[in-house]
Amino acid sequence: MGKVYKYGDHIDTDVIIPARYLNVHEPNQLAAHCMEDIDFEFKNTVKVGDVIIAGENFGCGSSREHAPIAIKASGIQCVIAKSFARIFLRNAFNIGLPVIESDCAYDEFNEKDEIEVDYGKGWMINKTTQKQYKVNPLPAFMMHIVEKGGLMNSIREER
Amino acid sequence: MKMTMTQKIMAAHTDQAVYPGAYIHCDLDMLLGNDITTPVAIDAFQMHQHKEVFDRKKISIVPDHFTPNKDIASALQCQKVRRFVQEHKIEHYFEIGEMGIEHALLPEKGLVKSGDMIIGADSHTCTFGALGAFSTGIGSTDLAAAMVTGKCWFKVPEAIEVELIGKPNGYVSGKDVILKLIGILGVDGARYKSLEFTGEGISHLSMDDRFTISNMVIEAGAKNGIFPVDEKTKAYMDANHLDYPIYEADEDAIYIEKITIDLSTLEPIVAKPHLPSNIEKAAKLNHILIDQVVIGSCTNGRLSDLRIAAEILSGKKIKKGLRLIVFPATQKIYLEAMRAGYIESIIEAGGIVSTPTCGPCLGGHMGILGENEKCLATTNRNFVGRMGHVTSEIYLSSPAVAAASSLTGYITTPGGNYGEGL
Repeated sequence: MGKVYKYGDHIDTDVIIPARYLNVHEPNQLAAHCMEDIDFEFKNTVKVGDVIIAGENFGCGSSREHAPIAIKASGIQCVIAKSFARIFLRNAFNIGLPVIESDCAYDEFNEKDEIEVDYGKGWMINKTTQKQYKVNPLPAFMMHIVEKGGLMNSIREER
Repeated sequence: MKMTMTQKIMAAHTDQAVYPGAYIHCDLDMLLGNDITTPVAIDAFQMHQHKEVFDRKKISIVPDHFTPNKDIASALQCQKVRRFVQEHKIEHYFEIGEMGIEHALLPEKGLVKSGDMIIGADSHTCTFGALGAFSTGIGSTDLAAAMVTGKCWFKVPEAIEVELIGKPNGYVSGKDVILKLIGILGVDGARYKSLEFTGEGISHLSMDDRFTISNMVIEAGAKNGIFPVDEKTKAYMDANHLDYPIYEADEDAIYIEKITIDLSTLEPIVAKPHLPSNIEKAAKLNHILIDQVVIGSCTNGRLSDLRIAAEILSGKKIKKGLRLIVFPATQKIYLEAMRAGYIESIIEAGGIVSTPTCGPCLGGHMGILGENEKCLATTNRNFVGRMGHVTSEIYLSSPAVAAASSLTGYITTPGGNYGEGL
């Protein structure tokens, strides 16, 4: 269980982790600046298990994998958005940061609401309002990568 | 049958059935990484104890983002990349002195061509679609996996046809075409889809224009943006003595949407902060005062871009107090611009010229913006804080508008009559 951080549409990878911090690539160093250009306090208040909920096209822009790495290293357990930019989506799966496309989450959760998610079983609960919602299952192809623990593990098996 | 150009190229690189929505694995012709994304790929490669790359001739590594090394941390990342390249004898590695911005450099060196299947750990890898290749940006772990297997997984995209008709007027260039298209589609209008350019208007666009257009399809969310191969494409590739396959869309190829742009009606366009889709006619923005102009990047740092800028600046002086920073995209372009006198015109006008680097485009170095500063740039993104301070603002334009604006200090349309427009 965690609390919700809520952001709008078109959250780009430049605000998730500004390029001025890309002279390093160690996850905790990146997490120290995660989201700071749109939410300066995020890095100070985020706790393990928290969830980001956003609108359309989350993660647009640069292909920097540092963006999902920074989010994951911040302790965020998953990102739920109306839609994701395609490179961010691939990167998140490849490094094992679960991302969920949901039409309703953005409207049904407020900032700081308590949330519980079980993507395996396919539900999420707003503990603040005590309402439960369905989570769409991942495509089988993507689920395979997740089950193997990321892309590098999945190609090891195939070779 | 019923396949788009993108789907045809995918089908030629896999044994699996290719149809929109299918997940397939494709063989790759070229992989690309830079000094920001490759270190993360190297970690993934080494963490999984992989010893060898699949083909040292099919990997290009170009340290271009924070080079020449902007600080010690950047230098360490470049050293890590250099050691990896040496250990694996990767053939296409370009140290400063022979480098350029990756998306301008690879076509120039003849390392990418029509019909190729290309991935790069940089979102603007879509640039090579201008040559009639399938080319798309991926992340570092994808790059690491591909360095091991020579393959990458894709979801076969649905396609949007972008028909270009008519001939552009005056200073209208590829940048205006792509900004117009992003304005129509929005920043996610082509998400997960391919943009397939068609129409007789293409014949009026130079290869440089086409590279600029394909470069920015990612700003509409597209997976790739591909041009058919015509005489100009062939001439470009023939100059590098390349053998290349040519794929064409089937006549009954399925497009889920068709957008037509009449190039003859376009005027110079500017994208206002903070999204590339936030477009306006440059002529309507002459109240916007600017502190800095940047001409260059993988989008607009090619020779014709520098020529247009130099022609507009030649014999004139930029607005006092304004900072004009010009970045040739490759060493070759730099040298040719110098021999042609473009560099001299720019410097005489009061601009500075830098060695090739991604530098200011992503807020790395060489022209970072301060509090509330406004920059007009020929780069590709104007997100919050992209080029510096979180309160700074970026306007995106063609080199012609950027050069004309550097003379006045406000957003300025270079001369000409543009008809109805936007």
